[in-house]
Amino acid sequence: MSKLDLYIGLDVGSVSINLILLDEKYHVLEKIYLRTQGKPVAILSQGLEMLRNSIPAGCSIAGAGATGSGRELAAAMVGADVVKNEITAHGMAVLQYIPDAQTILEIGGQDSKIILLRNGVVSDFAMNTVCAAGTGSFLDRQAARLGIPIQEFGAIALKSCSPVRIAGRCAVFAESDMIHKQQMGCSTEDIIKGLCQALVRNYLSNVGKGKEILPKIVFQGGVAANEGIRRSFEDALKQPVVVPEHYDVMGALGAAILAHKEMKKGRTTRFRGFLSMQEDFTARSFSCNGCANLCEIVELSSCGNIQARWGDRCGKWSTAARAAQPAETLI
Amino acid sequence: MTITFPHMGRIYIPVKALFDDLGVPVVVPPPVSKRTLEIGTRISPEMACLPMKINLGNYIESMERGADTIVLTGSCGPCRFGYYGIVEQEILRDQGYEMDVVILDAPGRDPRPLLKQIQRISGSSPWTKIIRAFLNASKIVERVDELADILLRKRPRELKRGESDELQSRFEREVLKCRGSKEMLDFIAVFKEKADSIPERRDASPLRIGLVGEIYTLIEPYVNLNIENKLGSLGVEVHRGITAADWVKTHLSFDLKFKRERKLKLKKCGNYLDLCIGGHAWETIASTVHYADTGLDGVIQILPFGCMPEIVAESILPAISRERGFPVMTLTVDELTGEAGYMTRLEAFVDLLSQKKGKEYEQA
Repeated sequence: MSKLDLYIGLDVGSVSINLILLDEKYHVLEKIYLRTQGKPVAILSQGLEMLRNSIPAGCSIAGAGATGSGRELAAAMVGADVVKNEITAHGMAVLQYIPDAQTILEIGGQDSKIILLRNGVVSDFAMNTVCAAGTGSFLDRQAARLGIPIQEFGAIALKSCSPVRIAGRCAVFAESDMIHKQQMGCSTEDIIKGLCQALVRNYLSNVGKGKEILPKIVFQGGVAANEGIRRSFEDALKQPVVVPEHYDVMGALGAAILAHKEMKKGRTTRFRGFLSMQEDFTARSFSCNGCANLCEIVELSSCGNIQARWGDRCGKWSTAARAAQPAETLI
Repeated sequence: MTITFPHMGRIYIPVKALFDDLGVPVVVPPPVSKRTLEIGTRISPEMACLPMKINLGNYIESMERGADTIVLTGSCGPCRFGYYGIVEQEILRDQGYEMDVVILDAPGRDPRPLLKQIQRISGSSPWTKIIRAFLNASKIVERVDELADILLRKRPRELKRGESDELQSRFEREVLKCRGSKEMLDFIAVFKEKADSIPERRDASPLRIGLVGEIYTLIEPYVNLNIENKLGSLGVEVHRGITAADWVKTHLSFDLKFKRERKLKLKKCGNYLDLCIGGHAWETIASTVHYADTGLDGVIQILPFGCMPEIVAESILPAISRERGFPVMTLTVDELTGEAGYMTRLEAFVDLLSQKKGKEYEQA
């Protein structure tokens, strides 16, 4: 049996934690999608445990990459070789699997972004700023309110013949508008389709404002599971919109690919194996009284040893934690 | 009379020296912090832009330390800042604070009101002393900016990571112990030498990014979440489209060479924008064109939420970006700006530039 090098990608987001196990040919051996539930440390440990069980015999982990808003936390816990922002990770994944893509529409749990790819590199991007109307969390909430499982949301939208117009500029107003339309007696499928269109309209006029959307267009992120939204994008853009096979874990996929590229430079991995889960990771936060900024410092420690700190503006806590860290622990 | 003034980056250094030289007691407001912003936000109209909220916070924190007179520049400008002096005065009065506000307005035809105001805040100093103090202060503005420029160049090249940042924070901690412009200038000279001798990596070829946008957000590190240091630690050499020294040279000095160059730069962006539309929008466009032409890798525009001139500039930037194949990113900041999203954008932009550069290198 030949020994295979595998790569791990972690995407720790606000709503979901995704883990990917990738081989050197970029075949996905395992993907895990878990809800964060506000407990990133516990859920990440759980995900790693699941991932370990799916490693084929004779294979070992040669590198790990972390992305997502919790990338620092993930990197500190497992010892990641690459820590990258979501935009670069998503771009990387798409360039690998759909090399002729020029536009990525990404809608996740709490943020949405557009990434433009030209000549094989990211050429421009934008993220939603202050408003979360039209992201996954909002759809989740509306599905729950209508008593429809989120998985069926898109399929129901497709049944609509005459969608109603929902004011999608703001999540709160959209909700009251939906209630109003329900009370007028509009059918559920027409309302849901209307909501999909409102969300797409909102996305294109905020995140996509002024961006040149060229084919091939790729739609990914958790919301890409929603066929109704995909169809609404196609209607609005008058072009086909592709949803990649691993649309829901593209960030983790990109992180794993980046880890592979990094390790090809001849480094040894910092990945602390699956040992890290047996350690008892605890995160605590305190506020620093060094100046009037009163920064909220997050401290991650295992077995009483401080692993990492972040959140300080001046860097005094994070630097101290880095200095206290023992030399790289390898498997 | 104990004077205070609003913060704007490192402008507190020359201003302190100025009043020291004049022998007028001065309170430097404590560094801008969350508390400053909270105070300012509480008493400002919600739609006012971020600089004003921070100004008000500065005044009140200085008042707690014994200041009773506020000095600030007004410009009667076509941007809201021009009215902030008056508005701030009214707000303080409504809130029941007893403070004198002295607004230094750029003179129209008649310079006498300005001169009168200057005399008022100068104690009973003779004019020769006042003029000398102002000249020295403007020298300090330039020296401080020169020091900052050295550190901007060093940061992506330093051998030991964090050395430049450390030197900078030591400078900022200790500079206020100096009294008067003479001491201040000597102190800055020492630090310039120290900065110059920070060891560099030989092989460093950092990305170069220009910062453009609204002057206050560019200059005040609290507001722009310390973008210069953040970019520096990502390995980027930062170029500043506008500095405090530029402002002084434009508005208060007779540096004809500088003024001529500035005019030339503004002229060169004429097909995008050929007049002043308020604030520093014209400079934003001109600097972007200039940076694109001089081979920088990209530009980041920063503006406070709701800044009219910069919003106009923002809508012109994509045209420059498209026509010259020059990456541009806009960041809007206000009291709600989240650091995580901000950092993600900076990192992604730097990645974008380095990928683009790598690609161009490959093809060449």
